[in-house]
Amino acid sequence: MVMQFLKKAGLGVMLAMISLAAHAEYTWNFPMPATPMAADTLHVHNKFMVIVMIIFLVVLGIMIYSIVNHRKSKGHEAASFSGPSTKSQVVWTLVPFAILLYIDFVLMGIPAYHSIVMMEDTKTNADMVVKVTGSQWRWQYEYMDGEAQGVKFVSNLITPQDQIDNKAEKGKDYLLEVDNHLVLPVGKKVRVLLTSTDVIHNWWVPAFGSARDAIPGFLRETWVRVDVPGTYRGQCKELCGKGHGFMPVVVDAVSAEEYTKWIADQKTKLAAASAGADKVWTKEELVAHGKEVYVKNCAVCHQAEGQGLPPTFPALHGSKIATGPIFDAEGKLVKDGHLDRVFNGKGVMPAWKGVLNDTDIASVITFERNGLGNAVGDVLQPAQVKALR
Amino acid sequence: MSSTTAAHHDEHHDHPTGIMRWLTTTNHKDIGTMYLTFSLIMFLVGGAMILAVRAELFQPGLQLMKPEFYNQLIGVHALVMIFAALMPAATGFANWMLPLQIGAPDMALPRLNNWGFWLLPPAAILLTLPFTLALFGIGDGAIATGWTFYAPLSIQGGMGVDFAIFSVHLLGVSSVLGSINVIVTILNMRAPGMTLMKMPMFAWAWLVTAFLLIATIPVLAGAVTMLLTDRHFGTHFFDAAGGGDPILFQHLFWFFGHPEVYIVLLPIWGFMPQILQTFSRKPMYGYKAQVISLWAIGALALVVWAHHFFTVGMPVPALLYFMYSTMAISLPLAVLFFCWIATIWKGSLSFETPMLFATGWIVLFGIGGLTGLVLADVAADAQYHHSYFVVAHFHYTLFAGGMMGVMSGVYYWLPKMTGHMFNERLGKLHFWLTAISFNLTFIPQFFLGLAGMPRRIPDYALQFAEFNAISTVAAFVLGLSQLIFVYNIVSCARGGKKATDRVWEGAEGLEWTLPSPPPYHSFTEQPTVK
Repeated sequence: MVMQFLKKAGLGVMLAMISLAAHAEYTWNFPMPATPMAADTLHVHNKFMVIVMIIFLVVLGIMIYSIVNHRKSKGHEAASFSGPSTKSQVVWTLVPFAILLYIDFVLMGIPAYHSIVMMEDTKTNADMVVKVTGSQWRWQYEYMDGEAQGVKFVSNLITPQDQIDNKAEKGKDYLLEVDNHLVLPVGKKVRVLLTSTDVIHNWWVPAFGSARDAIPGFLRETWVRVDVPGTYRGQCKELCGKGHGFMPVVVDAVSAEEYTKWIADQKTKLAAASAGADKVWTKEELVAHGKEVYVKNCAVCHQAEGQGLPPTFPALHGSKIATGPIFDAEGKLVKDGHLDRVFNGKGVMPAWKGVLNDTDIASVITFERNGLGNAVGDVLQPAQVKALR
Repeated sequence: MSSTTAAHHDEHHDHPTGIMRWLTTTNHKDIGTMYLTFSLIMFLVGGAMILAVRAELFQPGLQLMKPEFYNQLIGVHALVMIFAALMPAATGFANWMLPLQIGAPDMALPRLNNWGFWLLPPAAILLTLPFTLALFGIGDGAIATGWTFYAPLSIQGGMGVDFAIFSVHLLGVSSVLGSINVIVTILNMRAPGMTLMKMPMFAWAWLVTAFLLIATIPVLAGAVTMLLTDRHFGTHFFDAAGGGDPILFQHLFWFFGHPEVYIVLLPIWGFMPQILQTFSRKPMYGYKAQVISLWAIGALALVVWAHHFFTVGMPVPALLYFMYSTMAISLPLAVLFFCWIATIWKGSLSFETPMLFATGWIVLFGIGGLTGLVLADVAADAQYHHSYFVVAHFHYTLFAGGMMGVMSGVYYWLPKMTGHMFNERLGKLHFWLTAISFNLTFIPQFFLGLAGMPRRIPDYALQFAEFNAISTVAAFVLGLSQLIFVYNIVSCARGGKKATDRVWEGAEGLEWTLPSPPPYHSFTEQPTVK
């Protein structure tokens, strides 16, 4: 009865699997490598898989032979040995041991040594340096040298909440799409420095074969040299809180010309932003821009309507801080006031000083004070924020 | 199981009954039964948690829960399964079987034994209480850092972290007490004539386990205490801003965490050769080699911890050392596999339920071991690490290598413990359903990991959808199949065909010389071993 049931169940599962397989695309291995390191990793992986498959099948074969032939029901009489009895048997038992020793430390061990040396050599012939900073739950990129020096931006997930909540059709790059892509020139060795502002994150693009932790208070490094132009997507790989599944990495590898053009665009944007800090904004302009900044950066914790997720993430609607004074009577920043909290953070609240520019900070604060059901009525100008830097 | 041991109660006049019997008992069989029952209950609790997770992962998008709650479930699932299901199962077997196997009347330190068990339920309650408190608006739920407590995420976390820290302290105390008891019992209470090298393999394996526990649990206790003071008393052990280092926590945690894998598995490696030998009707192969390998693995387990976090960035010599030392574990482990297979080779095999589980266990645990070998490679590990490949790997070692091993042991000794035979047909059905659905659950996860799906994410990109759907369906079959196991155990405890003393035709060892179930105080006359 049991066997009949199993045959039926097994057949059902097989049919289900076949029909699923017919309708879906499956990936059976690492993605196509785009860097020398990924190519190396794929090679190592394939080789090891073949080796362990062979070991597995040989051992399984021996077991199956024994299971089929040495059965009591077939009248097989048990032997009585409990160890190797002759010298030649002792030698034979050592053979698998020797094979494994060879596999471990020669067949796998030697190539692994070379891979590690290559992987950890971040400095030799490096063409440029990019600093990657993880924060809950976004990545920040900064170009440290070369023609792009000074270019710096934040990269946020742009998948709409409606798609995540199943209220809208999911897009092609669901959860793997960001507003600002990291752009790297093809064929250049990029030394990647990593750090974090809060907890440990891990910057991972599967097609690059490199994954490295971003650790608060420390610099770690890895490197990439993307040889194939294209857009590459990855994710944070170290549990970093509730937004862990929602901080993707997107990298565009482009030709040298496109790269130069992209840098020029970035520099214009940066200049515009810093010029924006010098002009006087109207309240409406600030609130409108502030709302965009809020949705992108703040809503994940403080929620769309400012209701927060107490007790960890306090509400902004009616909050003492968000409706209290920013500056005291002498014009000094109020400690633990609205701007101080946004600027410098506290506890779970990150410091936004290094992440957002003056206009963004001034706008988002003005929005929080005059939107989200609050009506303080005052305005914070970008110039006031700039003066505090 | 209580009804059967009750028969032997009459011999004792001053024995409390009812709940007081279980609260005050110092009898190794009663305590063993409590450990095993506790383990089974927590196995179901941990399983229910992960089925909720698998249900959420059935399709892309967030359907059932918020990411915060998801993070709590995955971490508590792991803590429950490791500390409250696998470890108590091993201790339960030790309590029941060690005195019987070595011919002792009881464990050496019976009161300590009682205490060791009764620390567990409060620990389990502490671990899961924050879920309930959150329902009443107190706190924000259980620990949400995964089972590894990594700082600074755990410093940031809510009071669930504090509950988990205290829970781990209680579990640790319980484990250390149990270990002391095992060591004292094995070294002092063996029957005359049973020299160390004549000891059952289970006793050897538990001896290694006990030493590992005593070596590593205090380190874990220290690490989580440092975490506690970082959280509440202004220290900066793991905070760079105060001169600390978050990675220090990972070193301390995994100094415990890696041996923990062997702590969970070694007891199984102890009784598995005994099961294989029973159903092969042939003596165990390579006793001495196995003993040496167990000790070698125990020693190596203490010096390979950093392979759990190769991606944090380490000097090249450190990477090389931890890679090669990890690979070296494959050598003694291969000796064990060789001995297990050589034990069944040319035997006279029959496949009752325990043997089905034992053979399935060798094959599936083998997959866990081999994928562990490739994970040792630092370069490839950058891809595997914290992806679903690792999730699949450690479920092959801890579910197939751990839980299925425990199931084999349960079926093997259940008739001895209860005095009744279990339903063989249901046992076999349980095995086949478990083995098949287990593979269908976790093979897709290997491919998910290779394709680039990180672990511990509540929602995923569309290219991972198909494999996740298969994995979820199979996981539910796997989970529901375990109800057969529960039913079989309960009905076996209640009644059934009377078991003989020897139970299994080929069973060897002192425990099979006693009646099934054994009398309350086991050996009335001390047995001798020739």
